[in-house]
Amino acid sequence: MSYEPTIVGFLCNWCSYSGADLAGTSRIQYPPNIRIIRVMCSARVDPTFVLKALRDGADGVLVCGCHPGDCHYSEGNYKTMRRFPLLKKLLADYGIEDERVRLEWVSASEGQRFADIVSDMTEKLRALGPSPVKADLAHDAVER
Amino acid sequence: MADRKLQIALYWCAACGGCDVSVLDTDEFILEVDKVADIRLWPIAADGKYADIEAMADGELDAAFINGAIRNSENEHVAKLLRRKSKVLVAYGSCASFGGIPGLANLTTRDEILRRVYRENPSLEPGNTTVPLPETTVDGMQLTLPSFYRRVYRLDQVVDVDYSIPGCPPQPDRCRESVLALVAALTGQADPPPKGSVLGVYERALCDDCPREKTEKKVKRFYRPWEIVPDPNVCLMEQGVFCAGFATRSGCGVRCPTSGIPCRGCYGPAPGVVDQGAKLVSAVASMVDSQDPEEIEAILATLPDFTSFANRYSVPSSPLQRSHRR
Repeated sequence: MSYEPTIVGFLCNWCSYSGADLAGTSRIQYPPNIRIIRVMCSARVDPTFVLKALRDGADGVLVCGCHPGDCHYSEGNYKTMRRFPLLKKLLADYGIEDERVRLEWVSASEGQRFADIVSDMTEKLRALGPSPVKADLAHDAVER
Repeated sequence: MADRKLQIALYWCAACGGCDVSVLDTDEFILEVDKVADIRLWPIAADGKYADIEAMADGELDAAFINGAIRNSENEHVAKLLRRKSKVLVAYGSCASFGGIPGLANLTTRDEILRRVYRENPSLEPGNTTVPLPETTVDGMQLTLPSFYRRVYRLDQVVDVDYSIPGCPPQPDRCRESVLALVAALTGQADPPPKGSVLGVYERALCDDCPREKTEKKVKRFYRPWEIVPDPNVCLMEQGVFCAGFATRSGCGVRCPTSGIPCRGCYGPAPGVVDQGAKLVSAVASMVDSQDPEEIEAILATLPDFTSFANRYSVPSSPLQRSHRR
């Protein structure tokens, strides 16, 4: 069977989820590889969620929030902005490629932008191949 | 007290020896233990050979305390042997409980470690090409060494573990309490703790017990401990010293922060924390006092080698533990 990447998307309720909704109601075509989870704010995405998504079989994780300055809770997205460089360092040290985890700002009016991001990420992950975490999980025994 | 003495063993796997020293650090308490128990194996302090353990009946030992991570075939062999011979197996210390300092090796590969240590190390004799092999022939004789595994494992990834006592090393007071609780359980004076219990710890984060004053945390740069003389009464994180207390379980008695040294996270994840590193990403990020991506990068750059600090004792326990580079 050919490889189809699975992306877990954490979308903020106020901007990005509405943006994804707009992509849908506007009938913009984008790959069905993303599994969307609505969260109240991008800052609700504990870095643990990203690690768990990867461990549980995601090939990539997309976190979307309001553009800086537009956060419904004033500065939740700035917290996310500050977390990501550290999270990326952590993931890189565990051998997770940079393209697998991505942070994007998507407003409620940017349905096209959301569809473009998902298309681009799907293509990049398809080229990159399955997540190394999955291959390692298949290897359950002690590696002598 | 039971009619017969308890039969116990203490063993070290990939460890520094500090855990064994922490047992000795209980001072004369060790004599109390000796009154109720025979120590059948304890490589650092008492005689006892693997053959003696192999000759025992299965389950003959009441308890075995294993410290250190599983790094090579000898570690795995003795861990499995002691599991078979013991009614209760305890992971003693952070290496056995979470992987510990040896577990940092999982951020690189076996080949890189062997190359660095035996080929590139500046203290090597020039031209050295000797690398240890599991089997080698010298003068017609076959010599063997334990084989060095691709990864470091915590004890419960290799054998079934009943209890763990974390800490690097476990503090003597906690060690005493835990051993007394186990002795009471093994001699039928108390119900045994539920399997999987973490002993000698509190169900809260280190910060809850830290006496330093905590207010709002806003930081423009981070300091290594030697770059700053911290105020003795204010939260170290607020002063820009990276401290793992947020994500770490209390039980140590807050020894490091009360001495002006940031918490390293040796007591393992606080209750509810899956991965200390991931939680510390959140903790650190919320303190960075900037909303400008470039300035954020610059502030975070003052925290070198973040992963090794944030997951210092818990790399083999990370949800991503298996995705080390191959």
